[in-house]
Amino acid sequence: MKKFCSILLALALVLSLAACGGNNGGSGDTGSGSSTSGDSGSGDSGSGSGSTGGFKIGGTGPLTGDASIYGIAVRNGAQIAVDEINAQGGIQFDLKYEDDAHDAEKAVNAYNALKSWGMQISMSSVTSTPAEATSTMNFEDRIFGLTPSASSVATTQGKDNVFQMCFIDPAQGTMAAHSIADNNLGSKIAVIWKNDDVYSVGIYETFMEEAAKVGLEVVSDTNFNNATSTDFSVQIADAQKNGADLVFLPMYYQPASQILAQAVSAGFTPKWFGVDGMDGILTMEGFDTAMAEGIMLQTPFNASSDDPATKAFVEEYQSRFGEVPNQFAANAYDCVYAYKQALENAGATPDMTAEELCGLMIEQFTTMTFDGITGTGATWSAEGAVSKQPTVVVIQDGAYVGLN
Amino acid sequence: MSFLNFLISGISLGSIYAIIALGYTMVYGIAKMLNFAHGDVIMVGAYICFFAVSSYGLPPVVGVVAAMAVCTVLGIVVERLAYKPLRQAPSLAVLITAIGVSYFLQNGAQLLWTSSPKVFPNIFAQKGADGAMKSSFTLFDGQLNISYVAVVAIIACVVIMAGLTLFTGYTKMGKAMRACSEDKGAAQLMGINVDGTISLTFAIGSGLAAVAGVLLCAAYPNLVPTTGSMPGIKAFTAAVFGGIGSIPGALLGGLLLGVIQIFTQAYISMELADAVVFGVLIVVLLVRPAGLLGKQIREKV
Repeated sequence: MKKFCSILLALALVLSLAACGGNNGGSGDTGSGSSTSGDSGSGDSGSGSGSTGGFKIGGTGPLTGDASIYGIAVRNGAQIAVDEINAQGGIQFDLKYEDDAHDAEKAVNAYNALKSWGMQISMSSVTSTPAEATSTMNFEDRIFGLTPSASSVATTQGKDNVFQMCFIDPAQGTMAAHSIADNNLGSKIAVIWKNDDVYSVGIYETFMEEAAKVGLEVVSDTNFNNATSTDFSVQIADAQKNGADLVFLPMYYQPASQILAQAVSAGFTPKWFGVDGMDGILTMEGFDTAMAEGIMLQTPFNASSDDPATKAFVEEYQSRFGEVPNQFAANAYDCVYAYKQALENAGATPDMTAEELCGLMIEQFTTMTFDGITGTGATWSAEGAVSKQPTVVVIQDGAYVGLN
Repeated sequence: MSFLNFLISGISLGSIYAIIALGYTMVYGIAKMLNFAHGDVIMVGAYICFFAVSSYGLPPVVGVVAAMAVCTVLGIVVERLAYKPLRQAPSLAVLITAIGVSYFLQNGAQLLWTSSPKVFPNIFAQKGADGAMKSSFTLFDGQLNISYVAVVAIIACVVIMAGLTLFTGYTKMGKAMRACSEDKGAAQLMGINVDGTISLTFAIGSGLAAVAGVLLCAAYPNLVPTTGSMPGIKAFTAAVFGGIGSIPGALLGGLLLGVIQIFTQAYISMELADAVVFGVLIVVLLVRPAGLLGKQIREKV
């Protein structure tokens, strides 16, 4: 009897999985007809049957797991923009986020779920590894994608309909080298990077290339990976031994905060220079902001800026979610507004298919100029990379202030 | 001097691994199961201490005691609800259950405390001569730098190890534990409460996990719901290294693992640190399949 029950359960499980697959590959076709990973045909892409009759925007992001802080921030930021736009009348949006747990395989499943929901335009994925998988689907299904924060080059490379709202990794490395050299921030540079993270590696590589060109002397070059990201005594000792006066940290803020704390313990006090992933370090609960004093970082978004649009967004975010938004939330907010501008310019209507919208969006994004809270005068290249000015900020008294 | 600095970092990292490894090794020794949720109990302990100290402003000692209390209860509850019903089930079922519990704890923590990272307060910082809080002290004209956490971790590790050795060697409950690990059936026939003993093992292991969690986060102050998983895996490796089931083995394995990891990073290669650690593990297991101090059991045919 017991055996029978377990077989029955197993069968039920298999069937339910199969059912999921069936849904994804089921109804409708947007025309490209290309199939990916056993999923035949593409989903029912927006025949205007949406609940509010608006454009259906879908996106995947890590809502659970290690990287969930980014996914949740993006979803929250996008939701605020959607609610604001819907309240104005005019163009209406339906936003749906699916969890990908920062995993490429889960992201593809999440993407398929969105496709069967009827996603017409997509916000791709939040983090680079999943985005590299889902953007391929975007390309094959002809569903336009605009990622708020997946910054690797491979996300947009070779895909004419996937665009980025954030800087690509190489751009950040180049800009960092220039900022350091132009402002004479340091003469002996140490770099600590994360060798199993495309984001960190991408920035590191172009930084080293550009540093050589602009004549920066890199005296210490050390790295770590996910499994060794607790103890940094070796990396800090190496930088210290070689007399580094500035340490460049191309990484997210979690390991960076560890490095800062351990450097304090080791009595090492160089200047620190970070990239946009460092954004968020001040909002960590329990973080001693004195430790971050004087850190320089590149960020497209400054939450303490006086810009009225930024202020309004920050206030709304704080009242809804109880924390200061980071650049991920801000980029997502801008994504939705960029879509609004592009859709309005193109005169698109919600009853268009994803493929029709895709063509219009490619046309718009390669020609339009967008002013958002993460930079004004943003333009896009045909490859999908954004061009906007980053600001270098310094942390003073626990807040960002502009460099110079 | 940098050699000594690295050695101290390695020993301090290793002693934290060793305390975590104890939880694995004790549970394995007595219940013959791998409690993969152990790493997440560490995380829960660290969170409890974090909230006690940071949010309620309690003294660190109270925070540690509270964390131990909560983790002990958590350990017993998990054992009762998840593992006890599976006492007669194949070990694979128990293993999968443990992985399930691990995910349950991780996601539960995320739901309760969100995934945004918390920075653990440096509860071992001391006031320096100039009145500022110092997290380390220096010797030999500043050449040798030792953090207070490292000292506490090493002392705690030695004390716990000695205490446990005495406990299992000389107390009645400790003897009951050893009896259960030899032969559960025979122990039961001798009037030993096997279920109670297993619960006690989980209680002790989880209480120690809380201590390890506090030490881990005080040394490496980043607290997220997945904080415990990587050190948990490393500590499990340490337990296998030293001989799973053996208490001194956990100490030896933990220390060796920490020191090898840091030395490899410093002198061989940053990228290959883990490869070297696991390479050494493989060599050890080839030579001594039961681990460094594990009991070699001959099967009689």
